[in-house]
Amino acid sequence: MYEFNYDKANSAADAASKLAASDDGKVLAGGQTLIPTMKQRLAAPEDVIDLASAGLSGIAVDGDIVVIGAMTTHATVASSSDVQSVIPALAELAGNIGDNQVRTRGTIGGSIANNDPAADYPAACMGLGATIITTKRGLSAEEFFTGLFETALDEDEIITAVKFPKVDSANYQKFPNPASRYALAGVFVAKTGSEVRVAVTGAGNDGVFRAHKLEEALAANFSADVVDISPMPEDSMIEDLHASAAYRKNLIGVMTKRAVQAC
Amino acid sequence: MVKISMTVNGKNVEGEVSPRTLLVEFIREHLKLTGTHVGCDTSQCGACVIHVDGDSAKSCTMLAVQADGSNIITIEGLANGEEMHPMQAAFKENHGLQCGFCTPGMVMSAIDLANKNGDLTEELVREGLEGNICRCTGYHNIVKSVLDGANAMKAAE
Ligand SMILES: Cc1cc2nc3c(=O)[nH]c(=O)nc-3n(C[C@H](O)[C@H](O)[C@H](O)COP(=O)(O)OP(=O)(O)OC[C@H]3O[C@@H](n4cnc5c(N)ncnc54)[C@H](O)[C@@H]3O)c2cc1C
Ligand code: FES
Ligand code: FES
Repeated sequence: MYEFNYDKANSAADAASKLAASDDGKVLAGGQTLIPTMKQRLAAPEDVIDLASAGLSGIAVDGDIVVIGAMTTHATVASSSDVQSVIPALAELAGNIGDNQVRTRGTIGGSIANNDPAADYPAACMGLGATIITTKRGLSAEEFFTGLFETALDEDEIITAVKFPKVDSANYQKFPNPASRYALAGVFVAKTGSEVRVAVTGAGNDGVFRAHKLEEALAANFSADVVDISPMPEDSMIEDLHASAAYRKNLIGVMTKRAVQAC
Repeated sequence: MVKISMTVNGKNVEGEVSPRTLLVEFIREHLKLTGTHVGCDTSQCGACVIHVDGDSAKSCTMLAVQADGSNIITIEGLANGEEMHPMQAAFKENHGLQCGFCTPGMVMSAIDLANKNGDLTEELVREGLEGNICRCTGYHNIVKSVLDGANAMKAAE
């Protein structure tokens, strides 16, 4: 790991102004992605600004909306009785990220800021129609996730919370890579009234995406029988040592069917 | 350099570290507590698991400065003099280790699991040890050890 300066932020605004003042700064949340990346020298920020004391952790229910602070850990979301009762699929998703130790420290803000194409939370944000609240604005998931490891965040913009609306029913199914636990393919299905959203992570070349054709078919008839992935372009899928594009495409169909059946 | 202080195995310790010092480096190289191991550089093996404020964590994936002010327990902090912690004794009794490299992390993860779950089942143990990799045992005896150790911990309460 290269040398860096370490500083603590006492609020999101403080972190944002420290980031703005730095030539090459990064905020540190749970460190479960940033620290391994810095160890491998794939990231080498000059200034690291720790969000641990920025007061960004916590879960609140506001009517039919669950508001999760950016620094809330995966373990806290998984065990929250509020999340379990309003959006059980979200609690379950958080409880299946990585392993116990990753869940104890990793945070929702870090996960979505990183936008790893195989991460779980981006699928929940896209599938549930979440709003990502930052120090500057509120963004829909579609606006926020802009590509592989890319988001709409400005250099000095910090996620403060994520707002998830309650849906009639939802389910997330992931096929984990047996070594890393990241999704080889993960599908989040959510249904509210006659609207169906299907968000896919792990498989797409550009990261998380909504499967609009599947959504239309499921909105007309919410049944696993109508799930047909054949029109999906195979060359839009990730192909790597873990799985071929064809395998990932097939997994999307299997995971979608399972999620629909579990909804 | 940054001044830090924390409680490690019940003792107050202080140190001056560069911000890039990992917590595991502070524990092994500054405090000379070499029971905590490093088995990978990808945060996947769990050989470095310790307890930070009551939760198990990978000390290779924390900066020492992040642990400033916290309460840390390492494998060296478990035994009561010559008397092993019930989880350590269960690993010995059930042949839960071969080379022993993964064992400190396994034991620390196992104690956290036992602390946080009422009744452990084989399934819960296998799931709960997702973050700990063993190259020798095939896990069978580790699972037996953890179930036994958790029962012994309860009995000792
Ligand atoms: C062994 C292992 C297995 C894992 N398995 C999975 C898995 O199955 N599924 C999964 O989804 N993830 C998995 N992860 C990743 C894990 O969920 C991380 O916790 C997460 O991706 C990053 O969150 P963090 O809080 O650790 O962020 P950090 O590592 O601290 O930060 C990550 C990035 O986000 C930025 N950032 C952090 N917080 C904010 C904020 N509030 N505003 C703006 N930018 C911010 C940082 O500057 C950095 O660039 C795994 C990680 C490990 C080590
Ligand atoms: S040394 Fe492998 S997870 Fe920490
Ligand atoms: S006993 Fe050798 S790695 Fe587990």
